[in-house]
Amino acid sequence: MGELQIKKQPTRYDAIIVGSGAGGGMAAYTLSKAGLKVCLLEAGPMYDPKKDITQFKWPYESVRRGASTKTRPFGDFDACLGGWEIDGEPYTHAEGDQWMWWRARMLGGRTNHWGRISLRFGPHDFKRYSIDGLGDNWPIGYEDIKPYYDKLDQLVGVFGTNEGLENDPDGFFLPPPKPRLHELFIKEAATKTNVRVIPGRLSMLTKPINSERGACVYCGQCNRACQFYADFSSSSVFIQPALKTGNIDVICNAMAREVITNNEGKATGVSYVNKDDMMEYEVSGKIVILAASACESARLMLNSKSPRHPNGLGNGSGVVGKYLHDSTGAAVGGYLPKLFGRKRYNEDGVGGMHVYSPWWLDNKKLDFPRGYHIEYWGGMDMPAYGFGGGIQGKNGKHPVNGKQKEAGGYGKSLKEDYRFFYGAGVGMAGRGEAIAREDNYCEIDNNVVDKFGIPVLKFHTKYSDYEVKQARHMKETFREIMHNMGAVITWGDTDDDKNEWGLSTPGEIIHEAGTVRMGDDPKKSALNKWNQAHECQNLFVVDGGPFVSQADKNITWTIMALSMRASEYIIDGLKKNSF
Amino acid sequence: MDRRQSLKALALGSVSSAVLLDACKLMDKKTEEAKAGLPGELTIYRTPEEAERDKKILASHYYNDHEMATMTVLCDIIIPKDEVSGSASEAGVPAFIDTISIDIPSHQVPVRGGLRWLDVQCMRRYGKPFIECTQQQQIEMVDLIAYPERAKGNAELAPGVSFFNHMRDLTASGFYSSKIGIADIGYMGNTPNQWNGVPADVLKQYGISYTEKELKECVSY
Repeated sequence: MGELQIKKQPTRYDAIIVGSGAGGGMAAYTLSKAGLKVCLLEAGPMYDPKKDITQFKWPYESVRRGASTKTRPFGDFDACLGGWEIDGEPYTHAEGDQWMWWRARMLGGRTNHWGRISLRFGPHDFKRYSIDGLGDNWPIGYEDIKPYYDKLDQLVGVFGTNEGLENDPDGFFLPPPKPRLHELFIKEAATKTNVRVIPGRLSMLTKPINSERGACVYCGQCNRACQFYADFSSSSVFIQPALKTGNIDVICNAMAREVITNNEGKATGVSYVNKDDMMEYEVSGKIVILAASACESARLMLNSKSPRHPNGLGNGSGVVGKYLHDSTGAAVGGYLPKLFGRKRYNEDGVGGMHVYSPWWLDNKKLDFPRGYHIEYWGGMDMPAYGFGGGIQGKNGKHPVNGKQKEAGGYGKSLKEDYRFFYGAGVGMAGRGEAIAREDNYCEIDNNVVDKFGIPVLKFHTKYSDYEVKQARHMKETFREIMHNMGAVITWGDTDDDKNEWGLSTPGEIIHEAGTVRMGDDPKKSALNKWNQAHECQNLFVVDGGPFVSQADKNITWTIMALSMRASEYIIDGLKKNSF
Repeated sequence: MDRRQSLKALALGSVSSAVLLDACKLMDKKTEEAKAGLPGELTIYRTPEEAERDKKILASHYYNDHEMATMTVLCDIIIPKDEVSGSASEAGVPAFIDTISIDIPSHQVPVRGGLRWLDVQCMRRYGKPFIECTQQQQIEMVDLIAYPERAKGNAELAPGVSFFNHMRDLTASGFYSSKIGIADIGYMGNTPNQWNGVPADVLKQYGISYTEKELKECVSY
C-alpha cells in the first residue's frame, strides 16, 4: 500500500461539478460565466468536435464500413464514447429484471451524439398526479421553468414552429427545414390517421446565432457531432466557451468515487480516481453539483456514506435510486414502393427528422395513462455496412423497372435491383412516458465493485401493463399510418401480448431519470425544487435524477433549463453566503 | 477423379496449384487497387485503444489463399462490372469480407463453412473445386443456390442458399460502401450544402406540394 496515497489539490473551488453532459455543461457554463471558480470532473477523455472528427468521413474510411462496435454501439462514426458495456465497469440486475444502461465516458457525454430533439415539458407534464392519480406532481409548474426554457432557446438555438398547442408550448424558434419527400408522404398519411404532424423541434442552427458557432450545413450527421458547432453538444456549446472564461479547470479521465462531507454533514469536496495514473485525488469546493447521469449520480450519493449520512449522502428518505424510469419505445420500419426508382438528389437535411408528431390524444379515453410522440425517418441515406441486406425478401415481390423477377439472384440484374430499391426506406418510432414507480430502482450491489474498487449498481426494473398497452397503441397507430401511406412493413409488425408489443427494454431509449427526485416533502424526495438536497444544502443534482416524471418528451431540454435555474440559484446563494 | 478421390484431394489441399496461383494473383492485384480507396492510415477520430484495434484488424487475415480466391470469383458473380460501375473485386470487396470477418467473428464460420460446402458440391458434381470449374459450371452451381424460392424444399441445397444469401449481403455491404459503389447507387450527400426542400421537378413527379404554411415558416436559401 506504500504507493497508494490521496493527493489533495490545494485550490478550494466555488463549485465542483461531476459530469460534463447537458446538465453539468450548463452548470459549468453558467457558473464560470458568472465569475465563479469551477472544477469540472469528467470520467472520460477530452473531446472537441472541431478537432476529433468523424463528420464528413466516408464509409470506406472505417475499417468496418460504419458497423457498430462495443465502444461505438451506434456505429463506427457515432460520436459518443462509452456504450452499454464498459470494460471493468459492470452493473448487475435483480433476477428476471432488465435495465440497459448507456454510459458516456467523454467530455460532453451523450450530448455529442443525441438526437437534438428539444421539447419543452408542458403545463400538464408537471402535474400528472392531479390528472390521473399516478406518480406524483412536481414541486414546480410550467410557469416556474418557462423563463429558463425561453433563455435556453435563445442561448443554445432550436428550430421549430409556434403551434399554440397547450401541452407542447411555443418557444423562441429558428425556422425549421422543409420536409423531405418521405416526410411529405408521412404527413399526408398521418393526417388521414388523425395524427397531427408538425415541424420538428431540434437544436440545430438553421440560422447563425452568434460568431462562435456556424450554421447548419445539412449533412444529416449530428450524431457524429458538428465541427462547425452548428448543433448543440455540451462539449462545443458549453465547455469551450466556459474554458475561455479562464474560470474553469476541466479534469478529464477522473472517475468520481465519493462526495466528501464534514462533521456537519455538508459537502466539502469530491474524491476521484485519475484513470491515467490510477492515483486517488481529492478536490474541495463550496458547492458540489452532481451531473453524472441519473444513475451515476444516485450511485455516487449512495456510495457517499458518513456518520451524518449513514444511508448515503442526502438519502435519509431512502428515495435515492428509486423511481428510476426511461422513455418507452416501439417502432416499425419498411419501405414505400412509390419511392422505388426515385430521382437522386442530396436530401441529407439536418441530422434528424424535419417533422414529428406530438401526443395528440386524451388519455382519459384510452386504456393507458400517458402519451407518446412519434419520430419519423427514411430516404436516401449514406450507404454503409448492412446496405441492401436481405434483398431476396424484396426483389421477388415488386417488379423492378416494370419487370417481375425471381427473389434473390446475382449479377447485372441484381445491381439494377439495388439501384431501384435504394432510398425507399421509411419508418417510425414512439417515445412515450412511463410511470415513475418506487419499486423500479437501482441500489448498490454490495457484492460487486468496478475496477476502481467502487461498488456498482444493481437494477430492479420492470414495465407494467400501462407501458405495454401504450406500446400496443403505438404499433396499431404506426401500422395504420404505414398502410395509409401505401408502405410495406418489413419489421416490427409481428408483436403482440407475448412480447409486450415490442416494447423497448427499460433503459434502452437512454432517457434515464427519476433516481434523485425533487419534491416539497423531504420524506418522499431527495431534492427541493431548486435541485438542492434537502439534507445537504450545498449539494445539487442537475441531470435526469431530479425528474419526478419525464413526460412524453425527450428530457435534455428540461435537464438544461433546470440546470440553468439551479445554477442561478447557486450564484445568488453564494453571493448571500447562504450555503 | 471420382467423388471419393476428389474429396480426399480437397482434404489434402492438393487443389491444382496453378489455378489457385492465378486466382490469387488476380485477387492480389485487385486488392491492391481496392486498397487505393482505403486509408493506409486511419483518417477518422479514434481513441488510442480503437486506433490500435483497427490497425491490428487491418493487418490481419482470416481466410486462406484458396478461400480468398473462391470469394473473389463469387463476389464478382454477385456484383460484376457493368455499364454503370466496376465489379466487387475492383471495389475491394473480398478484402473487406476478410476484414469484417475478423471484426465481427460471427461471419467466420458461415462464410468459411459455406465456401467449403460449395467446393464439396462442385467436387461431387464436376470433380473440381469451385474455382477450377468452368465459368459455365460455376454459374450452373450458383443458379442452384441464388434463388431461394426455386430451391425451397430442397434440403440438400438449403445450406448453400443460406450461404449465398450471406455472401450476397456481405458483397452488397462491401461494394455499396466503397467509392465505386457509392457513385453507382447515386448517393449525393455527405457534403456541405443548404437544404431548400424537395426539388420542384420531384414534387411535380409525385403530384405533391408544400403548403403555404410550410413555405412561409421554413428556412429558404
